[in-house]
Amino acid sequence: MQKYPVADILDVCVEAGRVMLENGAETYRVEDTLYRIAKSYNLVYINVFVVPTALILTVQGSDGQDHTELLRMTDRQTNLEKVSMVNDLSRQLAQRALPPAKVKVKLLNIKNTPRNFSRWQSNLAIALACGGFPLLFGGTYTDIIPAVVAGGLGHIVYEAVNAWTNVSFFAEMVASFFIGLLAVLFISLGFGQDINIIIIASVMSLVPGMAITNSFRDLMAGHLLAGVAVLAKALLTAGAIGIGIAMVLTFL
Amino acid sequence: MNLNYLSYFAAALIATFGFGVLYNVPTRTLFASSISGAVGWIVYYFLAFEIELDLFVGVGVAAFLVAFFSQWYARHFKMPVIVFAIPGIIPLVPGGSAYNMMRAFIEGNPEMALMFATETFLISGAIAVGLSVNSGLFQVFSNRAFGKREKRYLP
Repeated sequence: MQKYPVADILDVCVEAGRVMLENGAETYRVEDTLYRIAKSYNLVYINVFVVPTALILTVQGSDGQDHTELLRMTDRQTNLEKVSMVNDLSRQLAQRALPPAKVKVKLLNIKNTPRNFSRWQSNLAIALACGGFPLLFGGTYTDIIPAVVAGGLGHIVYEAVNAWTNVSFFAEMVASFFIGLLAVLFISLGFGQDINIIIIASVMSLVPGMAITNSFRDLMAGHLLAGVAVLAKALLTAGAIGIGIAMVLTFL
Repeated sequence: MNLNYLSYFAAALIATFGFGVLYNVPTRTLFASSISGAVGWIVYYFLAFEIELDLFVGVGVAAFLVAFFSQWYARHFKMPVIVFAIPGIIPLVPGGSAYNMMRAFIEGNPEMALMFATETFLISGAIAVGLSVNSGLFQVFSNRAFGKREKRYLP
């Protein structure tokens, strides 16, 4: 027997799922967490279905009625701290079911948690990270400084265009075009040795290596829809980067 | 030679750290995940370029090791594994071959492109295999999971 209305519990579940999915949790983790939260409120016949762009949750209350809620996701980013906070919350709920109103307040707090680093700090960190990649890809020390500059500026351009147009394909294309231009400029000015190394290291913040790996993990876990969707997005991103770079290299 | 390894370690550490900041990893675990990423990359480099095993084997073992570190950290810091695993595998991720593949396709060189595509998918598959084998092993051998064998969504 539930102490709380099923609709409120569903709201809490969907809100938790939204926070997790928005911040880059894998689909199986979202399904697992929602299942646990719903279970901790003694609901039965819990079915959760999560793909990267939507979330469906169906449960049955003790009165025998089924309840369903659907959530459509639009934008995603990666914020692992929030994922870990929601995970903690679900663990607390598994021990003791809190009233849904309290959980809602906690979720709102998680949602409003600021990022640990300001935009400039994270841009600087990405620039430095791009500086690490030339060595990993077999380049020389002279390639580091061009990669830092091109990678940092490229990521700034990507964020600006993405915020402006909201089309990530276009933003990736423009950013990689810009990175290609900078790399050509650096080589012709005599900084750096290998243009390919500089370009690869600088586009690492855009390249969908992470997405390809995650899609394989989803596929192996049996989440075929999610895996294929993420793979398609990754290939589209790779295409955008390839087009951007190819424009530079063919016309210059 | 030793200096080489040291600089590679530093480069992988910085790369992982930067991506950790981008993904907003909790501050107190940032350095831990950087270490696991750097160690994973050194192992990959050693296996794939010093001993000259297959890329697949090197990446798989390195990903397994990163996942092992992540599981250990996850128990130590009481946070989900994903917080450590996602930044940790960044240096292994096949960004270079993904880029080369797309560039070869667009420049009209399908044979090269297919070669790079195979490499990309093999490497991503190896990372995924390393991670899932590790989490499978941990679920089999972890005492807590033995106690309550109810419905679990296996990763």
